[in-house]
Amino acid sequence: MSAKYLPLLTTLLLVLTCACSLAQARGTYQTPEDFLADVFSGTPPKPETLWLQGDIKKQVTGILGHPYQALRIRYWGKDRRTAWILEEIGKEQPITTGIVVNNGKLEIVRVLIFRESRGAEIRHPFFTDQFKDAGLTGEQQLDRHIDGISGATLSVRALKKLARLALYLHSRTAYADDTP
Amino acid sequence: MKQTMHALACGTALLLASLGASAELPKQRPTMEEMWQIIQQQQAEIEALKKQQKTTDQKAVTADRKAEAAVVAVEESATTTGHGSLLSDKTSIGGYGEMHYNNLDSKKEIDFHRFVLFFGHEFTDKLRMYSELELEHAVSGDSENGEVELEQGYIEYDLNQNHQVKGGLFLLPVGILNETHEPPTFYGVERNPVETNIIPTTWRAGGGAANGEIAPGWSYDIAIHEGLKTSADDSYKVRDGRQENSEADANDLAGTGRLKWTGIPGVEVAATVQYQSDITQGESNAGHAWLYEAHTDIQHGPFGLRALYARWNLDGGGPKAIGADVQEGFYVEPSYRFNAKFGIFARYNQWDNAAGDSTDSKMKQYDAGINYWPYPDVVLKADLQQQDNDGKKKNDNGFNLGIGFQY
Repeated sequence: MSAKYLPLLTTLLLVLTCACSLAQARGTYQTPEDFLADVFSGTPPKPETLWLQGDIKKQVTGILGHPYQALRIRYWGKDRRTAWILEEIGKEQPITTGIVVNNGKLEIVRVLIFRESRGAEIRHPFFTDQFKDAGLTGEQQLDRHIDGISGATLSVRALKKLARLALYLHSRTAYADDTP
Repeated sequence: MKQTMHALACGTALLLASLGASAELPKQRPTMEEMWQIIQQQQAEIEALKKQQKTTDQKAVTADRKAEAAVVAVEESATTTGHGSLLSDKTSIGGYGEMHYNNLDSKKEIDFHRFVLFFGHEFTDKLRMYSELELEHAVSGDSENGEVELEQGYIEYDLNQNHQVKGGLFLLPVGILNETHEPPTFYGVERNPVETNIIPTTWRAGGGAANGEIAPGWSYDIAIHEGLKTSADDSYKVRDGRQENSEADANDLAGTGRLKWTGIPGVEVAATVQYQSDITQGESNAGHAWLYEAHTDIQHGPFGLRALYARWNLDGGGPKAIGADVQEGFYVEPSYRFNAKFGIFARYNQWDNAAGDSTDSKMKQYDAGINYWPYPDVVLKADLQQQDNDGKKKNDNGFNLGIGFQY
């Protein structure tokens, strides 16, 4: 190899060395268990189950554009808050997301596990903060615009679907009851 | 008579007395022994019932577990559907396609311009393969217009959660369209002429690369790969120098580096630099080449803006003699998205593959059109094209229609 490529090769090797020194599993930014402990101050409530059947199944399919890949969804609820661990494929791989709904509005949207090779920018607060306090319209759409990230269109789309899904599912639990 | 009556009265009194006496007499209680037996009998019945209850409870628990296992099995066997389709939990397929109708001065043509298949496979959580196979212009073969090409084929490995390396044939990290060009992702039926002629998109090469994130919103790409091989016969046009990894001449490799910022949702700013020591892979009259490219891609609410500038500097007397020592271009494309289904755009393009001399060789093109997305992954396009070229280059005006999809 000619010496003219030495600077570039040196840079490449330096980058690889620095990168190799960080031995974390790719894409797992927070485990679902840690997320639940985090959002419920260390003591998450017992999980409950929402069965996807009848009208709920139909609405979920409408939101995602396809049936959800499970017969039921577990959730954790306390007061007027519910927490959900949901997955949706971006381009090829599922994105695992933790979502908290409080009083019918999004409180937290957090990417827990990202498996795609592109689009991981969606995990950053500068993107997910856009979802805070968003609710659902009558047509099951988010009531605000979410700006995307160039090159991560499909990941952004997946996250928006999951946000809508969590809001809808919350409305079908006892924790959505507005009676005092 | 009196005696009879008296006897009758006495008998009745006696009968009544005996009846009264029997009502007052206590019932016969069971003996202690009998009571003990009754208790034991009842206890045995209670034990039997308890046993029965326990068996019923166990059956209920077993039934519950079986139901849970059945539900889990159904959920695990369900085929994932989302944007991509999984053939198994490790292999995925996808693709895109576009058909064009061009009604221009230069041609009136209907053409299935591209049909592309993606295949991806995850060997492990960290190691994967990605490939793209493309058929252009519908039919490939001798004296046919089309061709079958391997657009990408590489192995990618995650060093950790922020950095990855790959080796194989891949798209170079330059421009806006070079890496992301599925039809629903851009305006205009045809890819813009600046990136087509100057980048030159779609530009793929064989080699090795590393990419990753260095800070939130900041990412990098560096690659060493096969270089271009243009020539005097091609007027040193960079587009004609793409080797496409087909027995590519590797006498002179190229190095590319990109820095990208996406720290605000809806905003991308990026710059690429590339160097190649001999852009002709050995011709005597040419030498090294530098590519500089910068762009921004903004989508904020309904407003969109794309702007890109790219410039090649080619060394050597050969390119300089015909003005090809500088090849450059830029475009600006504002757009407006009315809703999820409709958007309009306009674009001004200017490029010149012989900008190094004073000869009038600049090409200018104005485009305006509309995209209609009946579904996010399907698009219908229409646009008008008007050119205003310098010198002797004929203008190519008209309109284009297109259907595109991705999955």
